[in-house]
Amino acid sequence: MAITRFTKEHEWVRIEGDEGVVGITSYAQEQLGDLVYIELPEIGAEIAAGDQLAVVESVKAASEVYSPVSGTVAATNQAVADNPAQVNADPLGEGWFVRLKLRDPDEAEGLMDEDAYAVYCEGLA
Amino acid sequence: MTNAQDLKRTPLGSFHLRLNAKIVPFAGYEMPLHYEEGIITEHAYTREHVSLFDVSHMGQAILRGADAAAALETLVPGDIQDLPPGKMRYTVLTNEQGGILDDLMVGNRGSHLFLVVNASRKEHDFKHIAERLAGRAQLELLPDHALLALQGPLAAQVMGRLSPPARHMMFMTCENLTVADAPCCVARSGYTGEDGFEISVGPEDCKNLAHALIEETEVNPAGLGARDTLRLEAGLPLYGNDIDETTTPVEAGLSWIIGKRRREEGGFPGSDIILRQLAEGATRRLVGLKPAGRVPARAHTIITDESGNEIGHVTSGSYGPTVGGPVAMGYVQTAHAQPGTAVRLMVRGKPEPAQVVKLPFVPHRYFKG
Repeated sequence: MAITRFTKEHEWVRIEGDEGVVGITSYAQEQLGDLVYIELPEIGAEIAAGDQLAVVESVKAASEVYSPVSGTVAATNQAVADNPAQVNADPLGEGWFVRLKLRDPDEAEGLMDEDAYAVYCEGLA
Repeated sequence: MTNAQDLKRTPLGSFHLRLNAKIVPFAGYEMPLHYEEGIITEHAYTREHVSLFDVSHMGQAILRGADAAAALETLVPGDIQDLPPGKMRYTVLTNEQGGILDDLMVGNRGSHLFLVVNASRKEHDFKHIAERLAGRAQLELLPDHALLALQGPLAAQVMGRLSPPARHMMFMTCENLTVADAPCCVARSGYTGEDGFEISVGPEDCKNLAHALIEETEVNPAGLGARDTLRLEAGLPLYGNDIDETTTPVEAGLSWIIGKRRREEGGFPGSDIILRQLAEGATRRLVGLKPAGRVPARAHTIITDESGNEIGHVTSGSYGPTVGGPVAMGYVQTAHAQPGTAVRLMVRGKPEPAQVVKLPFVPHRYFKG
């Protein structure tokens, strides 16, 4: 079973073997509001954990999305670039951003699991 | 930064909370950015149906005195003395450099003038007006009054039910009317580009009126987020973004607000500079900008010509829900201000192609009979 981990900056990564699928959380999309533009990285780009991975723009403002883990961009979700509202509708599913070939599949272990992230978000309210 | 506990609420604060508004600080107030539907849906609903906006954070005041209109003309370039009773005019307070201290609405209520100014500028404006006009006119503030904006093509239908005479009012007129049993000052105006009404109501009646309006089947609430995208598509300037103390009315494309008599007589702050710009032209101009791609260009984005030379900057930029893509306004050197001129917008270091376009992006649909 794939494990999903979360960051304090409200990104998620789902580990699938030596790859990781990255997106933003439901809390993030709710805070941002309607998304209208998403800038995704080039395929093949080398990304370190904490680097800027994407830019999302809501009606009000632009925000950076940081990579939860390190790796090489293997695929990007053109569907969310074409229709950013898909991230608002299904942030943890069809609203994924990037598939990374992981540098270290264990790197995500240090991030929050679903329960810890839920507690973290409650603390922000 | 403003502390959360220092923020004021409008008289309709509890109304917003009951409607599950997302509340943000704005001009010292806790204001609804959007409600449950979100900015894009609220924007589209306003263009197609009718939305209720609470704009009670704006400054309302009455200017009294036999000489009030002539006195106010010493502060604004608009023709106030010839404003007939029951009519309103959009104008600006100017400084000695010809810059804009604020934009405002002035209504002739017969016995007095009614003023509505921006929330972020009201303290400044009211002090400025009271000091400059001391001895000639008396300024009475209405700090507890609410201001409700009912905006959209179905606004007249709704108002016609709650206050039948409102249906026949023309754009930029104002009347004292009873709306859903509340005595109000109703204006046929707004800042969305759509037909609509702005209703000034006292503190004792405002909650009942807001409830009566929102209970009408056609009406949904809309927040400041939609108000901003609606006014941007309508090409209407936002104080602090598109106009400020360093921009003149001529540069801002507001020459139309300077009355014929005022052009001949002058007599308002900065009139020498403003009238010279009217005659000779200004060196820069506020224009509409339509990016060719999908990425929004925000305020402060640098504008260059096709060769990369800086020619200006964006002052407002967002996604236009009715346009279905990014829209912006900004100042460019006059040589580049013609509609159709190709420019580049420097978004995150990348030159994004865009075109200078005629404003508004979405045609106005005001009711003029």
